[in-house]
Parts: sequence; C-alpha cells; structure tokens
Amino acid sequence: MSITVYVPGDAAALALGADEVAAAIVKQADKLKQDIKIVRNGSRGLFWLEPLVEVVTAQGRIAYGPVMAADVPKLFAADFLQGGKHALRLGDIAALPYLAKQQRVTLRRSGIVDPRSLDDYLAQGGGKGLAAARAMQPSAIVQQVTDSGLRGRGGAAFPTGIKWKTVLDTAASQKYIVCNADEGDSGTYSDRMLMEGDPYCLIEGMAIAGLAVGASKGYIYVRSEYPHAYAALTAAVAAASDWLDDFEIEVRKAAGAYVCGEETALLESIEGRRGIVRSKPPLPAISGLFGQPTVINNVITFASVPDILAQGAQFYRDLGVGRSRGTLPFQLAGNIKFGGLVEVPFGSTLRELLYDYGGGSRSGRPLRAVQVGGPLGAYLPASQFDTMLDYEAFAAIGAALGHGGIVAFDDTVDMAKQARYAMQFCANESCGKCTPCRIGSTRGVEVIDRIRGGDLKQIPLLRDLCDTMTYGSMCAMGGMTPYPVLSALDHFAEDFE
Amino acid sequence: MNATLNAIFAKHQHQPGALLPILHDIQHALGYVPDDAVPLIAKQLNLSRAEVHGVITYYHHFRQTPPGKHVVRVCCAEACQANGSEALAAHAVKRLQGADVTLEPVYCLGLCSVGPAVQIDETELHAQVTPKKFDALMNKLGEKA
Ligand SMILES: Cc1cc2nc3c(=O)[nH]c(=O)nc-3n(C[C@H](O)[C@H](O)[C@H](O)COP(=O)(O)O)c2cc1C
Ligand code: SF4
Ligand code: FES
Repeated sequence: MSITVYVPGDAAALALGADEVAAAIVKQADKLKQDIKIVRNGSRGLFWLEPLVEVVTAQGRIAYGPVMAADVPKLFAADFLQGGKHALRLGDIAALPYLAKQQRVTLRRSGIVDPRSLDDYLAQGGGKGLAAARAMQPSAIVQQVTDSGLRGRGGAAFPTGIKWKTVLDTAASQKYIVCNADEGDSGTYSDRMLMEGDPYCLIEGMAIAGLAVGASKGYIYVRSEYPHAYAALTAAVAAASDWLDDFEIEVRKAAGAYVCGEETALLESIEGRRGIVRSKPPLPAISGLFGQPTVINNVITFASVPDILAQGAQFYRDLGVGRSRGTLPFQLAGNIKFGGLVEVPFGSTLRELLYDYGGGSRSGRPLRAVQVGGPLGAYLPASQFDTMLDYEAFAAIGAALGHGGIVAFDDTVDMAKQARYAMQFCANESCGKCTPCRIGSTRGVEVIDRIRGGDLKQIPLLRDLCDTMTYGSMCAMGGMTPYPVLSALDHFAEDFE
Repeated sequence: MNATLNAIFAKHQHQPGALLPILHDIQHALGYVPDDAVPLIAKQLNLSRAEVHGVITYYHHFRQTPPGKHVVRVCCAEACQANGSEALAAHAVKRLQGADVTLEPVYCLGLCSVGPAVQIDETELHAQVTPKKFDALMNKLGEKA
C-alpha cells in the first residue's frame, strides 16, 4: 500500500516553496523505491510552519514543518514516512496550542481534506447541509439561516437570513446566487484559503442558497490576483455538476479593481461593464444581476451555511456574544511572528489574537498600531487592544471588524504616512460616481502632504474633508476611508507634527 | 490576431455579460489587448467602441501595450508595507532598470502573513522577499539588468 503524503497547494505554501518540496519528495521516493501518494491539500493556516508536510501513519497524520526541498533527503533518512524523529517533526498538528485553542467551524476541513476530491469532501462530513436542505421547504431553510444569527462576513455584517428572505419573497422567473470572492482587503486571506482548501464547502453553501430562494444559477466572482483559487474553483465546480443536480455555477475572474468588491459594482462587472457602484434602491435582493433578484454574499458567509443546515441553527447561535453569533476566521497579518488563520467565536480580544496567538511582532519590536478590517478599517493603538472582537464593540470605538483582517505594525511605522496611503488608495480605487469620494480623496492626499510638510493649520481642514466624505459618499469606499485617516490622527497625533 | 479573436468569440458566444471573460482570454493569448481588437470586440458584443475601451481602461488588470518578457508584481498593500515592501519596491525599480520586465505594484495577493509578497508571470509566488532574495529570483529569470 502506498503511503499518503500531504504537501499543501495553498498559495502561501507555494510562495514558501511547496512545489519544490513536493517534487523533491517524489524524486527521493522514486530513488528509494518507496510507494507514496502525494495529496495537495490546502493550508491549516499556520503560515510560519509552511510548507507543512504531513504523512499518514498508523498513529494518524504526523506533521513536519517548515520543510525546505533541501530537507527532504534527511527526512527520508529519518524515516519520516513512518513518522520518524526529526528536528522538523511537529507530531499531530491539531494538538498544537495554536490550533487546539481555536474553534474551527467554517475552516475546519481546510488543510485536512483533499480539495480536489468530492468523495473526500463527502467522507469528511461535507454534503449533509445540502442533503438536509433538499428535504426542506425554502422558507424553512431561510428560517434556519435567520435563526443562526449569521451576519455577512464580507464586511457590512448584514443579517444573511433577512437578505435571503427578501429574495425568496420577490417573484421572478430567474434569480441568481452571486458569491463575492473579490477579497480585496489587505491582510485578509480566509476566502482564499477556503477556496483553495475546501472549495466544495463554498459550492454547497451556494447550492443551499439556490434552494432557499429558488435560484438555479450562481456566479463566483474571484479576484484576478488569486489564480490558484480560480483554478481550484473551476476544477471543483466542474466535478460537482452531478452532485448539484440542476444548480449551475459559473466562475468569473475579476480584473483588479478594489471597488468591484462592493456588491453592486461587482454585479456591473459580471454584466460586462465598468465596475461603477449602483445607486440603491433598488437592493440587489430585488433587482440585482441582469435586473433579477439576487443573493450576494461573501465566501465565508456561504461556507458557514452547510453546517448551520446540517447541525441546526442553535449550534451556530450558541457561539459568540451579543449580536455577533458564530465564529469569525480572523487573519493575523503584517508584522506578526506567528501569522495565520485564527477562527474563534466572537468575544475574545484583539490582545489575545496579537499576543497569545500571534506572539507579538515579527521584527521583535513593540507593536504600535493595528489596522483591523482592511484599507477602510481603523488603526488601533495599544490602549485599544483589549477591545472585544464583536461587531458592536468595534463600532463603539469608531472601528470595524470588516472581513476579519488584522494587520500589525511595529513602532517604526509612520502613521501620517499610513493616513496618506489610505487617502491615496481611495483616490486610486474610487469608482468616480460621487464627488466627496472622487475629489475628496485627492484633496485629502494634498492636505495630508501639507500637514506632513509642517502646516498644522490644515488639520481642521482634513477633519472637515473626512466629515464630507463620511456623510456624502454613496458607498463605504469614500464613506469609510476616514476611518483609517481619523484614527491615525486621533491616536497617533505625534506623527503628524 | 483575427483567428485568435474568432476562436475566443466562438467560445463565449452564448455567455451573458461576456466582455470581461473575452478580454481575459485575449490578454492571456496575446499578452495584452491590442487597440485593433477593440472594434472587433465591439461588433461581436453589439457595443460601441467607447464602451469597450472604457472597460479596458477602467480595470487595472488589462493592458493596452505588450508587456516585457516577464511581469513582476510587488505587493504594496498595508500588510506587506508592515514588513518592508516599500524598500523592496524601490529596490526592484533600481534592479530592473533596462531589463525586459514589466514591474508593477499589486495590492494584496492574499499572502499577508508572509510578506513582502511577489508574483512573477501570474502564477509564480514568493514570500518574505528581501532585496537579496529578489535579486536571486531575477537572476534565475535571466534578467541581468
Ligand atoms: C469598496 C468596497 C469593497 C468591498 N469589497 C468586498 C470584498 O472584497 N469581498 C466581500 O465579500 N465584500 C466586499 N464588500 C462588501 C460588499 O459590498 C457586500 O456587503 C458583501 O458582498 C455582502 O456579502 P455578505 O453579506 O455575505 O458580507 C465591499 C464593499 C465596499 C464598499
Ligand atoms: S463612495 Fe467612491 S467608490 Fe463609492 S460610489 Fe462614491 S465614488 Fe464610487
Ligand atoms: S498585503 Fe501583500 S499579500 Fe496581502
């Protein structure tokens, strides 16, 4: 019998040399006439240990990492195919505190399952949600999602059940399910990990949405910066067609415009136009893609649904705090020692994530600022690290959890420069539809440049400008760019002097 | 070019909203979207040339001129900034002066915990890229500069 060896095909693992490691393992096994089978799994999300190689032994999966191609001959010499001792041996990876302390729900199969195999997905508990949904009335499916308390994971945290109910209640001959896989926020990669590591879970969630609202066609809009996720999805969608019956999914490639992550700009883009934000109303739930009622949700939102259907709304609702129910896969990024995916129920603190999981900065210097929620998210100083990870607690301090990205900076950061970057990013990515965002952001860059040049009298002007953007912009691009700018100004005033 | 375009048009004939998929296929086949292709795409999709042109120029991904022999993209978004991407990007500009390489910024590759990140020719990814590592990568590409 051949021995199964897992070598992640996740993009971050590839960036760290996983393909070279896989090739070296195949070559050495050939040389030593060892019968092995390589599976390209996703990542567990402990990126400082990637490439993380796992061998299936009589004692279960034994991990080694981080493995470089040059380590491979020595791993064979140490009999790693039988779980032999070696300096890189980590044993059962799930027992590592970083993973053992988490509560993986949505990403529990990522890095474990073979993402290219529907059979493996079904063998590892996948498919039960869709099976349950097939035996239910559409309104009962929607009720489960509503009862679970699930809120959209793309950023705006809108209750998913309410959105689905609107689409269900809107009569039309054709409805659509659209997955927002544009994941444009810096510091986020949970969508990518799921698409590469457990794509059938997303597909199952979309198929359940189709049953819930009466839609037979779905689209996944994937950013062009994610060629590996695109390939994984295309393969999985093709392999899933029988399983899905008459629900059909088309994978679409985006084209590098951040604002196309905004739901209506995204719909414009799928329809073949420039990604310009539409005025609301009408809501996409009433008139969305090609003018038809459309459910549009984030990858993680859809991927949370199969478990809710399989295990019941209560199981999900029991996790979390206040109005933030369930888990959120946080992503530790930037200058952090142990960067990776941390899926926990809402309610822990930023400090726990940064230090208990993240181990502080990668550079070894003190952490000074942390941006949560992508380029439109606030910069938080150390005095706010005890804020509870909960949508409302973040809103209360003028911040947002967004898609759960946490980007750490050490004390060498220049916060006036970060504020300028936020304005410049808005100026570059603005769709141009409304003046406060289009013109305001360009003026904002100029004003910050003058402040950095020593003209402190411009600070009130910057605040006024932010006010105009906050209240006058049509979408969160212009509306939330003031978050990083004002938080930098409020908490790190010394950097502007 | 016409044969390439016709094959691409045929593939997307029945696809609603086919403009972006068509542009992607053209850029994949030719490396860019030539100006000469615009009237043909417009005719195929029953759009005005201005509409097609507007879409090509709106999206950062599409290019209107042929790229260099290689395309190298350095991530310049926040999480990579926190790990020194600005210095890396500045180094890359110097290193690639005169090389047949298109160097561009990219805003997040989803490798934010192992930055600075670099992407070469679409699918080749590299993490924790220091200026020294960058030079080694470029040497491997055969770009002396
Ligand atoms: C400028 C801008 C960019 C956005 N980018 C994304 C994105 O990349 N991914 C995403 O899921 N939502 C993004 N959103 C939020 C979407 O507009 C929308 O709220 C989301 O797709 C709804 O899905 P959800 O309810 O499951 O979160 C963005 C919003 C704005 C204003
Ligand atoms: S806020 Fe900016 S991105 Fe949003 S609609 Fe207005 S111009 Fe477009
Ligand atoms: S910020 Fe550089 S990869 Fe995400």
